[in-house]
Amino acid sequence: MKVFSRERSRPGEAPTAEVPTVAQPSTVATPIVQPAKLETYGVCAWFSGRLVLEMVSLTMEPNEVTALIGPSGCGKSTYLRILNRMHELVPGAQLAGRVELDGVDIYGGGLRATESRKHIGMVFQKPNPFPAMTIEENVLAGLKFSRIKLSSHDRRLLVEEMLTKAGLWNEVKERLNELGGSLSGGQQQRLCIARALAVRPRVLLMDEPCSALDPTSTNRIEETIREIAHEVTVIIVTHNMQQAQRVSDMCAFFLAAEGQPGHVVESGPTEMMFSNPTDPRTADYVHGRFG
Amino acid sequence: MTSPLDVRDLLEAPTAANGNGAAARATGGLDGTLSHAVLTGDVRRVAPLAPPRRTRDFGAQGVALLVGSAVSSFAVVWILFYQLTLLSGAFGFGLCWYACFLAVFWVVTNQVVDRSAATDRVITTVVGSCAAVVIGALLYIVIWVFIRGVAHFTIGFLWRTLADYQPAEGTSLFNQVGVGHAIVGTLEQVGLAAAMAVPLAFLTAVFLNEVGGFGTRFVRTIVTAMSGVPSIVAGVFIYAIFIVPHTLGYSGFAAAMALFVLMLPSVTRTTEEVLRVVPGGLREASLALGASEWRTVRQVVLPTARSGLVTAVVLGVAIAAGETAPLIFTAFGANTLNANVFHGPQGALPLVLYQNIFQAQAVVQQVAFTAAFVLLVLVLILFVVARLLGRRSTKKGRLRRIVVAPFHWVKQMVSE
Repeated sequence: MKVFSRERSRPGEAPTAEVPTVAQPSTVATPIVQPAKLETYGVCAWFSGRLVLEMVSLTMEPNEVTALIGPSGCGKSTYLRILNRMHELVPGAQLAGRVELDGVDIYGGGLRATESRKHIGMVFQKPNPFPAMTIEENVLAGLKFSRIKLSSHDRRLLVEEMLTKAGLWNEVKERLNELGGSLSGGQQQRLCIARALAVRPRVLLMDEPCSALDPTSTNRIEETIREIAHEVTVIIVTHNMQQAQRVSDMCAFFLAAEGQPGHVVESGPTEMMFSNPTDPRTADYVHGRFG
Repeated sequence: MTSPLDVRDLLEAPTAANGNGAAARATGGLDGTLSHAVLTGDVRRVAPLAPPRRTRDFGAQGVALLVGSAVSSFAVVWILFYQLTLLSGAFGFGLCWYACFLAVFWVVTNQVVDRSAATDRVITTVVGSCAAVVIGALLYIVIWVFIRGVAHFTIGFLWRTLADYQPAEGTSLFNQVGVGHAIVGTLEQVGLAAAMAVPLAFLTAVFLNEVGGFGTRFVRTIVTAMSGVPSIVAGVFIYAIFIVPHTLGYSGFAAAMALFVLMLPSVTRTTEEVLRVVPGGLREASLALGASEWRTVRQVVLPTARSGLVTAVVLGVAIAAGETAPLIFTAFGANTLNANVFHGPQGALPLVLYQNIFQAQAVVQQVAFTAAFVLLVLVLILFVVARLLGRRSTKKGRLRRIVVAPFHWVKQMVSE
């Protein structure tokens, strides 16, 4: 099956994703959801007819952090963007294969692209808070886009919860009405994490979230990733081997060679991938011998 | 690590070079800071600071060279221009003086300082004088219109009309006339044109920049071609298709349509430029939060570009407010108040200017100048409001500024 870019799936053809919620304490503003299992089957990607990613089949289990590693240009970011239908926004992009969120194909009928993106959030390489919005408005942006109305009490509650989760609350609680752009780079990235978490996604994709940040901010964000890992399935692309070791439970090594599009060389528990990889290329890469 | 002796040695060299004042400062600082400096080995703490210097400044010597070159080149060119040759004319003289001045300035600086400084200062002077010419021309126009216009301006001029127009009465005329009808006409025509053009221009720009795909190139070509339409042709176009076949009579609405034709491409192109610089990362971030493309445009892209959008609108409105040619065959002009924009000839500030400046009597010309003054102030007010609206800030801060700012101005004016 080859899905063309920008194709809109029609609602009502297949069962929509049922979102399981857990018992909700009275102190949270919006229903808490459970992390989801994300599976891909034979995912391929093309840019303007050129195959860049070939037959990637991976399973990302809930409550685990999965790291995608590999040299530049091996297709890991493309793969990540396929997971929440951001890939199809690139002109000339095509893809094939299935991506299942708890068994529901997000490219199948019944689930609109916007709907699947609400379940599968994303944090980008470059911090990108909305410059025209205040810190508080940035956190609540996702709700505003989905036209979810909350009482002012619930809004405050949600903002505090999300900023606390992103490790930013203590730094910004006095200045929630300042513009998002007034924060430092590391703070902006944590604001973006809070913003992505505020819609209560079940999967969070992170595309090199620390590559533009200093070690202190990186450390803070890695702590955040560990803290949210039991609430949302985290999939992180990173070029930093130490980071992959520090934050991830599972690991997938992507590689593209001459004449061969990007593919997964090896995947498995992070510990095993770093200590005892089966493929010599994995060993070379994780020990810094190339890439 | 430096020993105390070393630090003293280091101190000697700069103080000797910098003269007595610096030496006194350095010894004054010695007793307090020396021990610490020796401990840390930080020589900079005790060494006297060289006087701060901005590398691009000419300095006193440079200014002297500049003035000297200007004076000497003036003298040389005056002799050559008026005495030795039979040339005349202030403009030619100025041009020759400027060229000669640059040459002399370069040669002298090259002699006194060095070659790179000479080139740098000559280029700096050229750039500076270009800026001065542009700013000077702008100020000249504005100040000239103010001086010519403000002389007979009374507050009543803003709401009286030209209905009781008796040029024979001399300057006492200004107690009877005004451009109230033209202000109403201009505001209605430009407002209506903006109300039609701005939404359409924004949508077109959003289509060109955010949606893209089929037809983009065609639309962009059309917009570009449209922005090349001479304003009088826009007026003739409306005249030919609406007024000649009596679909519409002369009216403010016809004028608004002609202005719409002129505003649309200008606002579209500026808006497109503004939208293009909104970082793509913001669109992605919004889409990744589950926003639809339309919501992304409305709640992320447009608010981010707000100051640019305000500029685009103000630029379009300011140009339209000053357009005269398209109004001649459409609004036609009137000397009495006609507030109905859809029926009957209507006045407009540029038309008052155009129709009166040609008249023989000085007093009628003065009406035109005062109308020009009013038009200029109107556009100026528009710019100020736009700047206040366009600044990036929170909604609350913006509101506070717009509501509170006028009170501050009034307070300032009263206290003065």
